[in-house]
Amino acid sequence: MTKVSTASAPEVSAASDLEVQTHPIAARITHWLMALAILTLIGSGWRIYNASPIFDFRFPEAFTLGGDVEDSLALHNDPGVASAIAWHFAAMWLLALSYLGFVLWNTITGHFWRDFLPVGPVSFWRDFTAAARFKLDHRLGEYNAVQRVFYWGVLGAVAMMLLSGIAIWKPVQTYPLETLFGGFQGARIVHFVFMSAIALFIVIHVALVILVPKTFVAMTLGRATAKPHKGGG
Amino acid sequence: MELERRRLVGGSLSIGALTMLTGCDISDHDSVQRALALVSRFNDRVQAAIFRPNRLAPTFPEADAVKDFRYNAWYGPDTAPRQSAADYRLMLAGQIADKRPWTVEKLYTLPQVTQITRHVCVEGWSMIGKWSGAPLSEFLKRIGADTTAKYVGFECADGYYEGIDMATALHPQTLMAFKLSDDILPTRHGYPFKIRIPTKLGFKNPKFVTTIYVTNQQPKGFWPDRGYNWFSGI
Repeated sequence: MTKVSTASAPEVSAASDLEVQTHPIAARITHWLMALAILTLIGSGWRIYNASPIFDFRFPEAFTLGGDVEDSLALHNDPGVASAIAWHFAAMWLLALSYLGFVLWNTITGHFWRDFLPVGPVSFWRDFTAAARFKLDHRLGEYNAVQRVFYWGVLGAVAMMLLSGIAIWKPVQTYPLETLFGGFQGARIVHFVFMSAIALFIVIHVALVILVPKTFVAMTLGRATAKPHKGGG
Repeated sequence: MELERRRLVGGSLSIGALTMLTGCDISDHDSVQRALALVSRFNDRVQAAIFRPNRLAPTFPEADAVKDFRYNAWYGPDTAPRQSAADYRLMLAGQIADKRPWTVEKLYTLPQVTQITRHVCVEGWSMIGKWSGAPLSEFLKRIGADTTAKYVGFECADGYYEGIDMATALHPQTLMAFKLSDDILPTRHGYPFKIRIPTKLGFKNPKFVTTIYVTNQQPKGFWPDRGYNWFSGI
């Protein structure tokens, strides 16, 4: 079976020959705060989207956040959009702060450059085709080129969400920011597109965590170890 | 029965949903609503701080203005209050020196400007319209309003009520709009005038205004009382 090597050597502890993954407390806290903020923003965002859909569909109510629609309509003629907006404009602060914290921490400690670089189209294509043939090894504590691209991508997507979100929230005070996105409606579409990208990332991210549960242990408790496994996954 | 079934289906669907982590009905708890209201008041202060009194909302070419402007209210356009020029009086209250009521005829003597600006609805849609009317700041000056007070409030013939911060009331683009697309404001759009504020969301633009008052107490708003953010600047 083909063994596909990745860009850098895994972090292997010399004494026990185990693969080790560690996540410092700052990374874990900001990771989980971002996760909470993003789930809240997506759930409430879908309810807000439903109030005036951009495309020819609505999200199922059960997947949206903002309280019981029937109750809210009966009480104050509003399909829970008020609550959804309140959630959205509360969680936006949480996301902005945890994202800033995450990016600052990773920049200062050098985690970005150490673990997510280098990455290029050649290594991405090599690892991507290997993953597509289920021949890419996952080694705890090491990020292959596909993971690197995905993490850079989702970080970029969150930045785009924040920027397009500001353009939608304050189109007058931040004008001409919206023109970057082709106007107010353009900013709404950009906001939707990068939301979709992040939702897709979450699905893949969670699926892979289920495949390699020790990464969840590491991101929660701070440390996980695994015996190096040989051959393709 | 149908409602019960829908809830059951909705409830079981939500179990598998990612949003389950944050919970579908968590929004309906009083403590959650109180916490969200606290953040919303914090957001009011943030918005007041970033509002720049002389920053103009973008204006658009005439060709972009929608002639058949969208009607939006919680009731149908046919039940919109019909006010006649003969009977209508604009009442004034609060910290205002000259509280004599104004007739439509007298309102029309105010200096008027025309602007083509964008109306942004809290629901997300937006529409560009051509409005003509008197700057609210000029009217406030003529009635001797205390512009050091914090707020201006509005009461409307359809039971609607709203209020804005004084900085927004004095903004050069905040109008008492008497015309839409060069025509006298139609009944459904708020005859004799609507307050047109291109720096606020649409619901902060009250129609059919019958009373204007100046106060230091934050006026209530119809939709803010239903959970929407009070300041709602854009």
